[in-house]
Amino acid sequence: MLDDFFIRALIAGIGVAIVTGPLGCFVVWRRLSYFGDTLAHSALLGVTLAYSMEFNIAFSVFIISSLIALTLIQLQKRTNLPGDALLGLLAHSSLAVGLVVIGFLSFIRFDIMGLLFGDILAVTVDDLLIIWIGGALILLVLKLIWKPLFASTVNYELAEAEGLNPDRAKAIFTILMAAIIAISIKMVGLLLITGMLIIPAAMARNISSSPQKMVIYSIIGGLLSVILGLFSSLEFNTASGPSIIAASLFLFILSLLNIKQSIKLKN
Amino acid sequence: MSSDQNILVKLNKAGFNLNNKWLVKGVSLQVEKGKIVTLIGPNGSGKSTTAKIALGIYKKIDGSVEKYTNKVGYVPQKISIDWTLPLRVNDFMVLTESLNKETIDEALSLTSVIHLKDKNLGDLSGGEFQRVLLARAISKKPELLVLDEPVQGVDFTGEIALYELIKKISDELNCGILLISHDLHTVMSATDHVVCLNGHVCCSGSPIEVAKNNEYKALFGEQASQILSRYEHRHDHIHTSEGEIKKN
Repeated sequence: MLDDFFIRALIAGIGVAIVTGPLGCFVVWRRLSYFGDTLAHSALLGVTLAYSMEFNIAFSVFIISSLIALTLIQLQKRTNLPGDALLGLLAHSSLAVGLVVIGFLSFIRFDIMGLLFGDILAVTVDDLLIIWIGGALILLVLKLIWKPLFASTVNYELAEAEGLNPDRAKAIFTILMAAIIAISIKMVGLLLITGMLIIPAAMARNISSSPQKMVIYSIIGGLLSVILGLFSSLEFNTASGPSIIAASLFLFILSLLNIKQSIKLKN
Repeated sequence: MSSDQNILVKLNKAGFNLNNKWLVKGVSLQVEKGKIVTLIGPNGSGKSTTAKIALGIYKKIDGSVEKYTNKVGYVPQKISIDWTLPLRVNDFMVLTESLNKETIDEALSLTSVIHLKDKNLGDLSGGEFQRVLLARAISKKPELLVLDEPVQGVDFTGEIALYELIKKISDELNCGILLISHDLHTVMSATDHVVCLNGHVCCSGSPIEVAKNNEYKALFGEQASQILSRYEHRHDHIHTSEGEIKKN
């Protein structure tokens, strides 16, 4: 069964969606969408390094993205530049360096479109293992840091005052962000990973009344997007990443209709 | 003076400097079990900063803080919940500690907001939200309660009831309370120790002592002194100080 590339892509996508659901909620709650973008851009550098050193792509992306994230935290402490300027600086410089390195790797045949937008044909059995084992680890760690992370998302000072160590939770969460980008890059592509994190979560916000529900709806939204997106990708021969994101946008629009209805009901 | 083991938190000449400006400097105070210490002072005098130093939120401080408890309940001065976060009162109650339903219901009943349990935090009025904040802080039965203007926006009768509740909690749980308040009436009637701040400690002591202090009078004006003296009046029926205050 795993011989079929489409089945592999589906299993991979489902694994990714289960993890991006809860992480995406935190990205929305903590306003980290541009941060996610920065990590994703830096992933290109990770990919090129993986190719040039014949390394595992997911592992290499994880290392580079983590390094960029830690650099960002250090820069935030040491300069007075605003956060978005720092993010832009890191995002575009790491993207640029990644592209320059690709130029040097002319001896390798590079599917840059697949890298930017995802390629379901490229998902191997090894990738499935990485996605599901890595994903399970991410969810486990997220569960462990849930209380301090969530409390500090609501109010940092409250969490700090009542002894929850929010700084540690934030640092660990940053690493988790690097990890999810690393395992989902082949599916969605590095330009669209943030969309996979944000859009299902934003859709979920429109229809949920508690944080737990939002996480669950976000997972369901992600799953539906992956399934819908992959089938249409197969049907219309489009890249997998854009198809998945377009499907999630479709679900988001549906959720807006729900809001309008509930507002009408209130009045 | 009570013995050292009753001390919950102690500030020794603590100060906090942000961007080369001292928000507060040289503050020494201690909160003991079962006692209410109140910080008063004008806007920007460093009350909230002092509370945050005591709580360990500000870490790069001058002087030192000794904290002898980890069971802390905190009501911040202001808290805003982003729309992106759907949060009901019930979810908020278990934010920093898991509590069972009875404990949650009991705390919400004490501050008279049990009927709001399933409401979204964003839909509450200022006073209701304040009651929820207080309920959350007391529900975990803390040893140290830090309340930064806990009754702001609460209606008049509610305010009196909540201050009575705070006093009751301090007695029942034997917890120490660090209170920031503008309401001198209530502060003075329920407080064991008052610290008057204005960037530094202007004066401190029992409410009566502080009321007689000239720096306090300069800061708050004549009327404020009279408020205090009236309390003295009510409590021990000594009339001498009122005359003295009027003279000043």
